[in-house]
Formats: sequence, C-alpha cells, structure tokens
Amino acid sequence: MRPGRDPKLIADELPPLVPAEAGDDMAGETLWGDVVRAFWKNRAALAGVGVVTVIALMALGAPWFLRGDPYAIDLDLRHLPPSWDHWFGTDHYGRDLFTRVVHGARISLVIGLIPAFLSTVIGAVLGVVSGFYGGKTDFWIMRLADVVLAFPSLLLAMAIMYTLGASLFNIFIALSAVGWASTSRIVRSQTLSLREKDFVEAARALGVSRGKIVFRHILPNCLPSIVVVFTMSIPAAIMQEAGLSFLGVGAQPPTPSWGLLVSQGKEFIFSAPWEAILPGVAILLLVLAFNFMGDGLRDAIDPYMKD
Amino acid sequence: MSDALVSVRHLTVSFRAEGGFFGRSHRRVRAVDDVSLDVEEGSIFALVGESGCGKTTLGRALLRLLPPDSGEVLFRGKDLARMAPEELRRQRRRMQIVFQDPYASLNPRMRIRDTLAEPFWTHEPHLSPREVEVRGRELLRLVGLRGEVLGHFPHQFSGGQRQRIGIARALALHPEFVVCDEAVSALDVSIQAQVLNLLVDLREKFSLTYLFITHNLAVVRHLADRVGVMFLGRVMEVGPTEELFSTPLHPYTKFLIGAVPLPDPRRRDRERLLLQGDVLSPTDLPPGCRFAPRCPYARDRCREEEPRMSEREGRKVACHYPLA
Amino acid sequence: MDRGNAVLQVRNLRTEFATRRGIVPAVDGVSFEVFEGKVTGLVGESGCGKSVTALSILGLVTSPPGRVARGEILFEGRDLARMTPREMGAFRGRDLSMIFQEPMTSLNPVKTVGNQVGEPLRVHLGLSAREARRRAEEMLDLVGIPEPQLRYGAFPHQLSGGLRQRVMIAMALICSPKLLVADEPTTALDVTIQAQVLDLMMGLKNRLGTAIVLITHDLGVVAETCDDVYVMYAGHIVEQGDVYRLFERPGHPYTQGLLRCVPDASKPGRRGPLASIEGAVPLLTALPPGCRFAPRCPWAQELCHRQIPDLVAVGEGHLVRCWRAEEGGKP
Repeated sequence: MRPGRDPKLIADELPPLVPAEAGDDMAGETLWGDVVRAFWKNRAALAGVGVVTVIALMALGAPWFLRGDPYAIDLDLRHLPPSWDHWFGTDHYGRDLFTRVVHGARISLVIGLIPAFLSTVIGAVLGVVSGFYGGKTDFWIMRLADVVLAFPSLLLAMAIMYTLGASLFNIFIALSAVGWASTSRIVRSQTLSLREKDFVEAARALGVSRGKIVFRHILPNCLPSIVVVFTMSIPAAIMQEAGLSFLGVGAQPPTPSWGLLVSQGKEFIFSAPWEAILPGVAILLLVLAFNFMGDGLRDAIDPYMKD
Repeated sequence: MSDALVSVRHLTVSFRAEGGFFGRSHRRVRAVDDVSLDVEEGSIFALVGESGCGKTTLGRALLRLLPPDSGEVLFRGKDLARMAPEELRRQRRRMQIVFQDPYASLNPRMRIRDTLAEPFWTHEPHLSPREVEVRGRELLRLVGLRGEVLGHFPHQFSGGQRQRIGIARALALHPEFVVCDEAVSALDVSIQAQVLNLLVDLREKFSLTYLFITHNLAVVRHLADRVGVMFLGRVMEVGPTEELFSTPLHPYTKFLIGAVPLPDPRRRDRERLLLQGDVLSPTDLPPGCRFAPRCPYARDRCREEEPRMSEREGRKVACHYPLA
Repeated sequence: MDRGNAVLQVRNLRTEFATRRGIVPAVDGVSFEVFEGKVTGLVGESGCGKSVTALSILGLVTSPPGRVARGEILFEGRDLARMTPREMGAFRGRDLSMIFQEPMTSLNPVKTVGNQVGEPLRVHLGLSAREARRRAEEMLDLVGIPEPQLRYGAFPHQLSGGLRQRVMIAMALICSPKLLVADEPTTALDVTIQAQVLDLMMGLKNRLGTAIVLITHDLGVVAETCDDVYVMYAGHIVEQGDVYRLFERPGHPYTQGLLRCVPDASKPGRRGPLASIEGAVPLLTALPPGCRFAPRCPWAQELCHRQIPDLVAVGEGHLVRCWRAEEGGKP
C-alpha cells in the first residue's frame, strides 16, 4: 500500500514550502488564516459582504433612522411613484414602500439565518451520526433524507405550512425540515472518508471514546464544509420564504415580508410597477450578495477540502 | 513459548467482498486466515509480504482495532478478542501503533500540543494541563524535535518530522508493544534510516516489543529478530531472521528475497529468480496450497491438499516440500 | 569515450515554478546525455528535481505555475524546449514515450486496454483499425500479458497493478520509440512484480534498441538496470558517471551517504544503527548560498558554505560537484 502519485502533480515533487525546522514565526498559521487571506482577494465575495453589511445595518437601525411607520395607512397617498419624500413610492394603502422594504429586510435576514442555522445543525449532526455509526442508523437516516430530497423543496415546505398554519415560527420549522437533507449527505460523505483516516485510527488505538473521536477529530475536520453549506443555505432560505409568502402560505399581511410585497405589488404591475419591482430587486440583491459570499468562501476553503 | 508477549491462535479476520447486488455481497474475503504466531517479549518481529497478503489486517487485529471472526489474540495471556469494551480501553495504553502515511496520521486541525495530550487526557485525566504540556515537551525531545513546536500544526512539518510526532504519540503512555505499520516506507531513504535508528534507540530505552509490518526486506534483515512471511492471508514461514534469509524453507520466501534489487551493479548478471504469474485474488483461492499456481516446484499434492504448518528446529513452514 | 549516438542531449536545463514564496528553481542547470540502447538513471530523493526533469523533457510541465526557463533539450537535433505543444504532441507517443509510476492515472478508464495500446499506431502511423489491433495484440503478448486476445477487450480497472504497468509499457513501446522516459515505473509494484517488470523492460530495450531515462529513488533498481547514473540533489546534478564506477567509488559525500543508508538484503544484518544522513533536504525557497549539500555534509568546510562548486572530473566520465572532489570527498 504505497501512496500512488499523479505524475502531473508536480507539487509532490517539490519539498514542503514550510521550513523543515519550522520557524516560530509560523506558529499561529492556521487553516482559517489562509482562508481569510484567500477570501480577501476575492472582489465579488467582498462586494457581497459589503451589500449584506449595508442591508443588515439598515435593517438593524430601521427604528432609529426611519421615522415612518411601516404599517401607517394614508389613503390620500396611494400608489405614489418614487420621489424625494417616498424613495420607493407608496403602495395601495399609501404606506411608504421604502420603510416597508427596510423593515422587510429584518424578516428576510432572520428567516435567512435561523432556518439555515437550524437545518445546518440538524443536517451536520445527522450526517456525522450516519457516517460514523453506519449500519441501520445510517440506513434509516439516509432513506429519510432521500424522501425529503425526492420532493421539490418548495412544494414540501408549502405542504408543511398548510398543515401547520401560516406563521413566522412555522416557516422556521418548514424550511429547516426541508433543508437538513442535503447538508446531512455532504457531512456524511466527509465523515465516511475521515473515519478511515489514520489519525482517527490512532485515536481508537489510544482508547479514546467514540463521542470524543467525533468531537475532537471528525467534526473539526468537517467544519470548513459545514460553514460553506451554511453560507449557501442562507440565500436558499431567503428565496424560499419569499416564495412561500408570495404564494400566500408564508408571512401574512400586513407583515412587510418581501415576498408578500412583491405579491401585493403584482396587482398593480402596469399602473404602479415599482411596487412589485423594487422589493423584487431587494430580494435579488440580498440573495446575490449571499451567493457571492458563499462562493468566495467555498473557493477559499476548497483547496483544504480535497482530501 | 512462555515468554510471548503477544500471541495469536487460529486467528481469522474477514471482510465483506465488494460487488454484488446494490454493492452488498454475502461473500466474505478472509484477509487473515487461520494464523497463529508468537511475538516474544523484547524482540522485533517482522511481518513481510506483498500487498493484499493480510499483514496490515493482522497488525490491526493484534491491537483489536479490527474484530476477529474467530481465534484468540493473547496479550500477556489475556484474550483481547473476548475482553469487555471498558477493560479493552484500559489495556490500550499498553499497545500502540505507528502508521505509514505521515500525512494522514496526524489530525490536521489539531496543534501538536493537543495531539500529544490526547493520550494523557484519555488515560491520565488527573494530570493538570501544565503537567500534560511538560510531558509533551519531553516526548518531543525524546524523538529529536524542539519543545517549542508544540504550538504548530502538522502541515508545518516535513514527512520525517511528522513521523517522529506519530512515534511520540505512540510512546506517550510507555506501551509495551508497538506495531509499526510500514512506518518508514513513505519517507526518503536518508530519512528512513534516521527514523529506524530512532525506533531502535527507543526500544532499548523503554524495553519495547515491536511488530514491524513492511515490504522492505533489506531493512528487515538488518533489524528484525524473527520474521513471518505472509501470502494471501496465511503465514507461510516463520523463523529467526538470519536463518530465514540464508536458507529459506518456503519457495515463496526464496523468491521474495530473490526479487529484491541489490545495490551492487557487479552482481546484476547473477542468475535471477523470477516468480511467474500475477498477484492472486483472495476471493478466488485454489483448492490446495495457495502459492501452488505461482510455485515452480509445485507437484500434484500441492494442488490438492493444503499444507499445514510444520515445525522443524525452531522454524515453521507451511509447505509439503520445504527447500533445504 | 565512445558511447554510441546520443539520442537526447539536455543542456543547462532550468525549470522554475512560481509559488507563493517566489520563483523556485526545481531543476537548476542540469545537463546530461542519453545514448542509444543505454539506460540512464536519474537518482535522488523527493524534491531533487528528477521528476520535473522528466516532465520538462516530455513537455508536460504544467504552466503556470511551471515553465522551462532556460536550456536546450535536443532530441534528434531538434530542441524540444522550444517546441509548441502541438509539435510536441506529434513526437510524444511515437519517437518519445513515457511510463509513469501509477498506471491507473495514465490509462483512460473508459477505453479498453487494447484500444489504448493500439492508439499511437492509428494516430501517429495512420494504421487501419484492424492492423492496429493485430499489432496491439502482438505487443500485449510481447509484454507478457497472458491471453492477449482476451485481455485486449479488458478495461484498466479489471487488471492488477502489475498487468496495468505492462499495458503502459506496451503502449509506450508500440511505435518503437527511440527514447523512453520511465518515471518510477516500479515503485507502486510489489517486489516480485517489480522484478518481472524490470526484467521485461531490459529485455525489450535490448531487442528494440530503445534508450531509456529511468527516474527512481531506489539505488537497488539503479544498480540492477542502469548504464549511466546522474545523482540529483536540490535541483543540481551532484555526481555523474558509469554505474560500476559510481557504486564502487562514489565521489560526492551525498552519494556516499545515500549508498550507506541502503542495507543490502543479500548480506547478513549488522544489527547496529543504520547509517543515515543527518538533517533534511533544503527548501527550494531557502537554498544555502554555497554547495546545496553543505548543511548536511560531514566534511563541509568554509568554502563549501560560501560558493557553489562546479562539476569536476575525478575519472573518465565521472564528475563530482564537490570542492573536495580531489580528496575523494573525505577529509
């Protein structure tokens, strides 16, 4: 069992680029240090971070810098086009659309983060358990994942929302229940390959318990891909929430959810096109920004995920 | 043999064969097939053979890292195969392993400090973090590295240095028995010699017993006390190193030794022993002696009846018609 | 000294790689000649530049980050270093072919081995599919593959490592190339199979008159097969000469150390510690200013740490890159 070598990988032939008698200046150099450095060079990813930061700051600061009330109805001001007083114009109840979009960002961000976080955690735990323990446990977890993945995810989320009723909390449940499956598959396959690694065997030979092997050796080595999966599932969750709300099974009026804004605006798409288009642009911008971030992070981490 | 530290009796370890419907097959391949041997206390026992012969599997089974199908693995007379999990975990500090691939044997996310602390966390939890750190430094010095590198990550070291760290981890709890699974095969020759010398030094310091699993016969002849030759899951011959090399009893041993290239161009025109045929598959064994299809001396009996291990003058061989 | 015709002449080759820590010379001023019907060994440990030398000859250095920065690679009077990839493609597989360590990465997994062995005939010599098949079967037989007609239709994964390497050899030799570059051709094989494959390569070389560049870290393999030997260390050739002379009277302290590190399986063990070379190979990003072996050399003196020595002749065709070459590398 000698290690095979790809003749084209010349890097193998070169000695390690780190001093043989490793110098002390290298002491703090870690994977994450390298990742941050690579990420920093990626302009699209940095632009993504910028857009997300601006949107997040606006959402957080909304109560302070926006004096308007997103729910304040003024029937005299219905369907006003964008102007200096109303940046995004007003809707059919005369509410200021910019105020509503900014408040809606809070919902989208919360919806993006919480279900993405929940589904990543659930997926990671089930994936590690499935890969590490194998056997029947593995079989049933993976069959469940197959079932979840067999449905179009929006359809499944809609079905869950219908059953549970439309509320913000139920959106969390629906999106987490749909999102964990693909995460668990990725983490499982990583666990399977890590389980065979010599350093895991070494821990077994030392008599380290299984739980500690998982926490010390398996999970930290899965972490880079878990982080990537998490970042990528945020925009997916935002899109799904918007989709559910657009279709009427997500957030309910008068909540200023972006999906709902687009849905209400579509009634007036010819007379007041900004009412649907501007919230739509907001969705596009946030999702795109998160995707650029996720892509950048994946590219930065990728070289470390090869084995 | 009363002074055996580790003995195996009729050990069989099998794996599920690949292939079959949905990748599941009920056929099992015996990677180790009815093997018995003794490793004497304080000795270096070398297990040699070609890829797929089961030497690595046997090494893992000796440490009970793989469950045996049948047979006994006796460590100081106690059967590891039938030991309760908790008791087995306590025994683990007495037997350790050094791996082949220095790039896979250290957790890339762990600092050397933690890699060397793990043995103590597991078996001596009463030690304070400071004491664990002191022990870590001692271990590094023992294997010829500076204590300051405790804060480094594995990727900051060369292959030879990583192998030294792997050795330090294996010796942390002063084990009695260490399996070295191709421990130097992945290293450059000049570094191989450094690491082998280190292993030999440490043996004297800690009165260790080694099982060397290797395909490098030149190193075996130089270092080992006894040698076991494996072929397709069976031990074909066991004996003291010098006798086994100078007068091999089993034809396979003879061909294996004869195939090693010699670092002396003046002898390149010697009559060379070339073994015919290709590596055989363990899923598809012949009825008689498993070496018979490649053996130039095979007779009818070899193809019909599997030879049993027979003992003569302290040497053992599984062949109907031993050489010499 | 008459060694016949030089098939390949490498002159002052320098191959560099761009890394995060700057430009690194993996091969630095390497010159050697390969003669018709002879085996020329490039020996050294990992990182010495032997494989990069092979890839440079074959025009397979991945660029970027690598590039052949300087030097000539004369093959049949033409400079391979100056050829376009297209021109190289016409040479490779016909007059110039190669074998690598791991045949699985060089064989196409979705084509039958027979098809791959016959491919150079169709591509380079324009033979018909039928004729190519006949010749491929002959070649498979010649490299000792049992039942060649049957194996013609096999896929690479259905063969063992030894048989795959034989297929690679068949593929490399089917157009009767003038030069074969073999990079660690037997390192991934078991010893009994290694012996078979080496035996086969030497037999075919004698029959076809192919010149071979054999790249290996195994001094045993060198002693068994090579005619001329070049020992490489950190991108330099540190010693070159005839195999008999080099093994008998190694002139460079590195070669001496390397030979001492390798125990001989045919001699009784000595039981003492093995000879070793202290220290490690220098980083290509932090090469010492003087002789590259000086930091590990037991005989190094002040001059050695300051200035790189030239290759100096210590015997016929025997060159050593050492300031103390005349003293035989010893104090």
